[in-house]
Amino acid sequence: MFEIENLQVSYGQSQVIHGLNFKAEKNETLAIMGRNGMGKTTLFKSLMGILPSKSSKAMVDGQNLQDADSYERVAKGLAYVPQGRMIFPSMTVQENIETGLEKSKTREIPEDIFALFPVLYDMRHRKGGNLSGGQQQQLAIARALVTNPKVLLLDEPTEGIQPSIIKDIAKVLNEIRKMREITIIVSEQVLSFTMEIADRIIVIDKGKFIHEDKRGEVDAAKIKGYLSV
Amino acid sequence: MFGYSMGDIGNIMVMQGFSGLSMFTVLLLMALGLAIIFGQMGVINMAHGEFMTIGAYTTVMLSKFAVQYNIVNYYFIFAIILAFVIAFAFGYFIEFIMIRHLYKRPLDTLLATWGLSLVMQQTFRSCFGAKEVSAELPEWLLGSFKPTPDIDIPINGVFVMGLALIVTAGVYIFMYRSRWGLRVRATVQNRVMAGAVGINTKKVDRVTFALGCGIAGIAGAAFTTIASTGPTTGTLYIVDSFMVVVFGGAASIMGTIASAFGIAQAQSILQFFMTSSMGKVSTLLVIVAILMVKPEGLFASKLRK
Repeated sequence: MFEIENLQVSYGQSQVIHGLNFKAEKNETLAIMGRNGMGKTTLFKSLMGILPSKSSKAMVDGQNLQDADSYERVAKGLAYVPQGRMIFPSMTVQENIETGLEKSKTREIPEDIFALFPVLYDMRHRKGGNLSGGQQQQLAIARALVTNPKVLLLDEPTEGIQPSIIKDIAKVLNEIRKMREITIIVSEQVLSFTMEIADRIIVIDKGKFIHEDKRGEVDAAKIKGYLSV
Repeated sequence: MFGYSMGDIGNIMVMQGFSGLSMFTVLLLMALGLAIIFGQMGVINMAHGEFMTIGAYTTVMLSKFAVQYNIVNYYFIFAIILAFVIAFAFGYFIEFIMIRHLYKRPLDTLLATWGLSLVMQQTFRSCFGAKEVSAELPEWLLGSFKPTPDIDIPINGVFVMGLALIVTAGVYIFMYRSRWGLRVRATVQNRVMAGAVGINTKKVDRVTFALGCGIAGIAGAAFTTIASTGPTTGTLYIVDSFMVVVFGGAASIMGTIASAFGIAQAQSILQFFMTSSMGKVSTLLVIVAILMVKPEGLFASKLRK
């Protein structure tokens, strides 16, 4: 479904992602965990075509992603919720969501989006920049979902979010997976959140995958060890 | 006051106010295009005035054709459309061959577009001559209204004002009601993220730049109704246009309108009571003072990023 082979990313002369390989199936949630500076965001940005990368294979649902621009990757089925949300602050909530409707012929927002995020319906005429952090996170997920993705990439969705909202986000991600049967790949540092949503947890360290656990066999102590400074 | 009776002062205020409105409309048309290119895209386009000149020469050339075929009373609307189309197409081409390589390099863009403006001025000189030329205006654009015996309002001024209103409304609808406008605003606010939600930002850049140039073309067509056109016509307005956009708050259309109105009215009325240069200097001093207190311009939004 989503397959990457020998992914390499460099900033100038310095290589930060060292030949990563992974596969994620349809209706699977994969979590990539690691400390700050280990390459999670770089990995996600390179998957989205924001950072240049090299790989021997990059496929989503049989379509080649190599050398594709970000907008072409979205058209092929990738969607991205970046670290720090990056919603469009001067646009209303409704307009923010509409930006994701490039593939759609109309500007009508699908009903299931507001069913998943009722608060966004109530605030649809408010500027995105005036929402709280948790609401902005919901908006960023909604904006990604309207692109009708096959693979949803979320970069540290719990960063800066209060604990009660983190639980809501986990619930919503599980619902999205159930409703749409898509692949979800999430980068995280909060193990409790990851345990609620992920089928597999991979630990990244200095641009290399160093550990992998399946749901039900998670060695929490070992992963916490990798995450501690 | 100043040796005038109260009645005279009233008439002067109306006439100078109207003269300010005419200046406002040309400034607004120029600044709207610039607000899109500089305010929205951050490109310092020193050749913006020359895109206005393209519109002006297009109108002049079409007027010659209209005289030849005796259709002077009808050609002007087509001239406005053609001025837009030609300036748009040339802007599209320039973005493709030059501007797109210079994004995020403001100093290089400034120098490159300044060079472009010199090349364009010389091209105008070679093609149309160094002398100023005028468009043959339709009869319905000539003459003036006289609401009272002492007040004289030129029809061409009213026409340009109407045109500016239509173009401003058009730009507003394009930016805030259309899908293209949504793409432009998304790209302006966060280029990387716009691409990551599926927007082809390179295409948006090209269309946005071309649109700003097209509007400058319309400003050029409007300009022919109030003055003659020469190779360096565009340079007359470029400084004032940048001033309007910066003072208004670079990314705000409302700010551009308010700023163009304020600057044009202040200059027009002050120029009557002082000398022309002192009127300009006084306006500029007030703008500098306001920008020192409010560097983001008049209409900047306050939002959580």
